[in-house]
Amino acid sequence: MIKKFDKKDEESGSGSNPFQHLEKSAVLQEARIFNETPINPRRCLHILTKIIYLLNQGEHFGTTEATEAFFAMTRLFQSNDQTLRRMCYLTIKEMANISEDVIIVTSSLTKDMTGKEDVYRGPAIRALCRITDTTMLQAIERYMKQAIVDKVPSVSSSALVSSLHMVKMSFDVVKRWVNEAQEAASSDNIMVQYHALGLLYHLRKNDRLAVTKMLNKFTKSGLKSPFAYCMMIRIASKLLEETEGGHDSPLFDFIESCLRNKHEMVVYEAASAIVHMPKCTARELAPAVSVLQLFCSSPKAALRYAAVRTLNKVAMKHPSAVTACNLDLENLITDSNRSIATLAITTLLKTGSESSVDRLMKQISSFVSEISDEFKVVVVQAISALCQKYPRKHSVMMNFLSNMLRDDGGFEYKRAIVDCIISIIEENPESKETGLAHLCEFIEDCEHTVLATKILHMLGKEGPRTPTPSKYIRFIFNRVVLESEAVRAAAVSALAKFGAQNDDLLPSVLVLMQRCMMDSDDEVRDRATFYMNVLQQKQKALNAAYIFNGLSVSVPGLEKSLHQYTLEPSEKPFDMKTVPLATAPITEQKTEIAPMATSKLPEKLAPARQDIYQEQLAAIPEFKGLGPLFKSSEPVQLTEAETEYVVRCIKHTFANHMIFQFDCTNTLNDQLLQRVQVQMEPSESYEVLHYVPAPSLHYSQPNSCYSLVRLPEDDPTAVSCTFSCTMKYLVRDCDPNTGEPDDDGYDDEYVLEDLEVTVADHIQKVLKPNFGAAWEEIGDEFEKEETFALATVRTLDEAVNNIISFLGMQPCERSDKVPENKNSHVLFLAGVFRGGHDVLVRARLALADGVTMQVTVRSTDENVVDVILASVG
Amino acid sequence: MDSAALEPSLYTVKAVFILDNDGNRLLSKYYDPELYPSMKEQKNFEMNVFNKTHKADNEISFLEGMTIVYKSSIDLFFYVAGSAQENELMLMAVLNCLFESLSQMLRKNVEKRTLLDNMDGVFLVVDEIIDGGVILESDPQQVIEKVNYRCVSEQAYGFVLFDYITGNMEDQGEKRQLL
Repeated sequence: MIKKFDKKDEESGSGSNPFQHLEKSAVLQEARIFNETPINPRRCLHILTKIIYLLNQGEHFGTTEATEAFFAMTRLFQSNDQTLRRMCYLTIKEMANISEDVIIVTSSLTKDMTGKEDVYRGPAIRALCRITDTTMLQAIERYMKQAIVDKVPSVSSSALVSSLHMVKMSFDVVKRWVNEAQEAASSDNIMVQYHALGLLYHLRKNDRLAVTKMLNKFTKSGLKSPFAYCMMIRIASKLLEETEGGHDSPLFDFIESCLRNKHEMVVYEAASAIVHMPKCTARELAPAVSVLQLFCSSPKAALRYAAVRTLNKVAMKHPSAVTACNLDLENLITDSNRSIATLAITTLLKTGSESSVDRLMKQISSFVSEISDEFKVVVVQAISALCQKYPRKHSVMMNFLSNMLRDDGGFEYKRAIVDCIISIIEENPESKETGLAHLCEFIEDCEHTVLATKILHMLGKEGPRTPTPSKYIRFIFNRVVLESEAVRAAAVSALAKFGAQNDDLLPSVLVLMQRCMMDSDDEVRDRATFYMNVLQQKQKALNAAYIFNGLSVSVPGLEKSLHQYTLEPSEKPFDMKTVPLATAPITEQKTEIAPMATSKLPEKLAPARQDIYQEQLAAIPEFKGLGPLFKSSEPVQLTEAETEYVVRCIKHTFANHMIFQFDCTNTLNDQLLQRVQVQMEPSESYEVLHYVPAPSLHYSQPNSCYSLVRLPEDDPTAVSCTFSCTMKYLVRDCDPNTGEPDDDGYDDEYVLEDLEVTVADHIQKVLKPNFGAAWEEIGDEFEKEETFALATVRTLDEAVNNIISFLGMQPCERSDKVPENKNSHVLFLAGVFRGGHDVLVRARLALADGVTMQVTVRSTDENVVDVILASVG
Repeated sequence: MDSAALEPSLYTVKAVFILDNDGNRLLSKYYDPELYPSMKEQKNFEMNVFNKTHKADNEISFLEGMTIVYKSSIDLFFYVAGSAQENELMLMAVLNCLFESLSQMLRKNVEKRTLLDNMDGVFLVVDEIIDGGVILESDPQQVIEKVNYRCVSEQAYGFVLFDYITGNMEDQGEKRQLL
């Protein structure tokens, strides 16, 4: 490494480096003069400098040679040359980890630390603490205590800072010095005060009361050091957050008073602390924002940067609070420091009006290549937020994004752009073609597999439905030729979707597929062969089932069922319908546009909620033989929030049964409840088969009891039912302190709110990525249509939301979003009815005086169609 | 750029480094053992920072998740790095103190040649300003007094020789003053 730099230096000639030709072995050789008498301070100093320089350049010293040099160095303590002695301390610190037996210098250092030479004392303490371990610490404890309260500031500071470093190593010993630190905290020297405060806090931070006391003391007596003020502000805001103290707390007053401190550092720290407080109101923000506004016109770049960065954070939550600063921010958009300019512009994009967007975007594109990736991501996030706010600006944004996509940049940056473009495409049908074209161009030269597969999936989904799907084929097939396995496989799937949807493209797609079947990778070949065979059948239903709308089962559930099947071999073929459905449709997860964490977005693979319930219920013997769990509802509260007992219910639906799980919590600390069960009185022909009581309900320990209900078999249309519920239990009074219950108790009951079962409980949401294909697949065998007038509903949005929540089905094709200023809308809903029957609903809505709705239902089962129509009516 | 609040701590500085005008390291100190533990990562980081900052004298930047304040002088670049949530003005105070101290020590000749000729003094100055990431001193005057270093410079070579010959006597004189 060094050699390489040397060469460059030789070429550059005159600006020569006296250390450039240093060889470690030669320097160590030279170090022998340490042993000469008398000591030549100047030469020894030069050699020590060389050693430290080499260490700093990353030269590796072996233990033996380092130890040898270290021992030779110890002789230099005989010299009284100040700089030489100081360099010895540095060498000790640098070599503490590479040399052996460094503790032999302990006595020399202890001597210097307690000696008369004040210039030696501070550095000697720091060097000594660096080589001291837990066992040795006791020996120097006395000296450390004295040093902390020494009247020479450098000695006191050194002792305090060294103590802080040693807190990690031996907390218990350092804790004993708290009184000395306390004394040092009232020192007149600003650095001593700062270091003492820091050490005190580290020693007491787990004791909230002590921290509060300390804060009170110093807020009253006042401090001299601006650094100490900054520390105090941080401690105070942390304490405020932990105690969830209101803004009338004295701590908040203290922070606010710091806004008037004479040091900019303190003022900024206070403003930043206020801005970062959760739940800060606009009124409390105002003084902080106004000091930041002042800083915006500071001649110091660091201060402007600090101010605008903090304002940018305010603008994320309270854009209106920042509008007052717009003028100052405008002045910063031409700042020569591009970081400041970027932050100013992104802040303005959040606070400004639609008319200023074009101007700001132009400004930012003039220097976007000069800023670092971190800031580019900030820009993309601002654009993404802007597109949601002003959808009409998409063409400006799209252009800008595509330019950014062409520039160099890391993965995080590219991913932010791709996510942003995809979200624009999904929000805004008009931007679809340009967006797809930009993405196509991007994957031509994309090194990130994740992004390439994501884009290919997007192309497969959206491409076939554009006016000229053929132009995307080239981009996709290029990937099959040029990319890695994962990308090739994704490209094959995308191709298949084009072939399935566009008849005129089918022959060409089949030719391409044939080429893919000769791929070297198994997955790619398998996919190609599979799609080839499906496509050759030329049946819409097959296409819909196997190409557009893949499996909708939960993957862990499928794994478990298959495993089960292989354990118990049987004649029957494996039935897909026994696999629980995926609860959250995977593809519908919206990209997080809210402030992204810098990098980490751990891909969680936690089992879905429903898989957990399935396991829990399967463990209860009464519930054997019900088949797979079909759907679990969201919890419904059956009590008010602040009552003696809190009960909520989760409805689990099976093929022919329902289980009601009551999660009960006892909030009375003087009662123990036993044999808790919820008695249910159905209004319809539902039959309660079993109660599984909770054996006992201790104070604030939730427990569950269950009821098993059989659904009426003779009348499949009876999907809704109301149950009146009563909780019955045995009360045993107990001592609130010990929890010891009385020997005998008495029966009691508690009336809960009614529980309703609706049609939504029988339907599981399923996302059909291609609704049209699914609609054709089911066919019109059991199609029924009816028209309703929704008199009470005033807007299309409201109507759409009502229907979705009532039926509990999954809106497809983004039809849950009603475009603005339209009088009619079509809503597509998909789901699976209990028992595994697909059901699709198409609702045409028209807005005139109230909303008129024409509902068309298709399903694989006639009863289901009736049920849906009956329940809507 | 997340907004997580800063744990109150004295550990303010994550790294300090001085580079020449080719981006080569002259002095580097990393105070956070988790940050770039290997020499290769450190030098990569320094190069990256240098490439992003040497063209424009902008004083402050945000790179690899850290706030970095910097300053250049002739053929030298001085950098102080702290966490993203750190008070930028505190880092600036450290940088200013470092620069002012060196400027005084080197008698305003803040350039590579003089710096390297007085490398021992530079090591001592850095050591007096930051100890293991904690700001030890922020006043350049105090730093100079504590280091008490006499600069070697070509212009003043005669004086240096003189100092060197009479070194012991003057040392004692100063000691008396300090006591």
